[in-house]
Amino acid sequence: MNQWKNFSKGLLKENAVFVLILGMCPTLGVTTSATNGLGMGLATTFVLIMSNLVVSLVKNLIPDKVRIPAFIVIIAAFVTVVELVMKGYVPALFDALGLFIPLIVVNCVVLGRAEAFASKNTVWSSIVDGAGMGIGFTMALTILGAVRELLGSGAFFGMKLISGDGLLLFILPPGAFLALGYLIVLANMIKEKTS
Amino acid sequence: MSKTESTFINMTATLVVVTLVAAGLLGSVFALTKEPIRLAELKKKNEAIQIVVPGFDNEPSQEVKSMFVDGDSIYLYTARKGEEVLGTAVETFTNKGFSGEFKLMVGFAPDGSIIDIAVIKHSETPGLGNKMEKGKSDFSVQFKGKHPDSFKLAVTKDHGDVDAITASTITSRAYCDAVTRAYKAFMVSQKEN
Repeated sequence: MNQWKNFSKGLLKENAVFVLILGMCPTLGVTTSATNGLGMGLATTFVLIMSNLVVSLVKNLIPDKVRIPAFIVIIAAFVTVVELVMKGYVPALFDALGLFIPLIVVNCVVLGRAEAFASKNTVWSSIVDGAGMGIGFTMALTILGAVRELLGSGAFFGMKLISGDGLLLFILPPGAFLALGYLIVLANMIKEKTS
Repeated sequence: MSKTESTFINMTATLVVVTLVAAGLLGSVFALTKEPIRLAELKKKNEAIQIVVPGFDNEPSQEVKSMFVDGDSIYLYTARKGEEVLGTAVETFTNKGFSGEFKLMVGFAPDGSIIDIAVIKHSETPGLGNKMEKGKSDFSVQFKGKHPDSFKLAVTKDHGDVDAITASTITSRAYCDAVTRAYKAFMVSQKEN
């Protein structure tokens, strides 16, 4: 497969959040600000690329019947690496994302790509796929975080743009669903126009 | 290369190898990040002490007393300048926050009045409960210089003297709860001395 196609499908055509509607738990949970969304997206991207790489390397060594537990162990190992590194070097971001970092393990985007793509494709394609999916996921989370932050607290990446309290609803969990719904509509409109 | 077959021995061996490699990787990353994590946590604690009891020249994190209250530990750090005791920083907690537990550092002058309060760790709602953080609103300012004996640590709705954060009464109540707990622990430690 053409590698550019392989990469770009994660950005819009098969975007994990807007199109496949996968990984909803971190998507709705951490996107109270653009910074949180970006941090979560980058952490997930790292795990995606690394787990895709390792899974595609060992795909023939792992017997079919135990592939899921093996994949989960590989993914969990990388997530814990991210968690420890974040705790040590960017404690502020770790505090903000907290519980959601260990939850990357059960993010269906990661296991989904390992199972549906990396276990059937070459190492290079798997890395490209992981990067594309990860960047698409990061983009979606950052946009959602930015929208919620702007409407909810009148700020953008922590910079106060509009004075006052903003619409509190958008910071609270129901706001995540509302904002995501409208963003999915928008993504579908763009997708239809481009194809 | 052909696919490994799903025989019992193959499956067992694969899982053992995968988990062993993962454990080895995690062990080495843990060893590498252990020191930075400890330093990051210590730095945060020292910064909080610096805010609530400024001007000390000792190492308050070395002069620590712990106290077991309500199922968790409260830590008291003594800040000195030379021989003079500037105050005590009390690391306190509450379980009544909107999103569960949060931790505060409260600085008390030797006479028991509050010097300042800093938030160490919380998961309150951004835009609402997180206004208890310094600089996000004037909420924490009202405690400065007040003595808990004359300044009732409860929100005005509960007939206290604390102006709650708008739309975050639960967080404000929990904040008062944590400060009250810190004050009690501070008084107990004063009596012991």
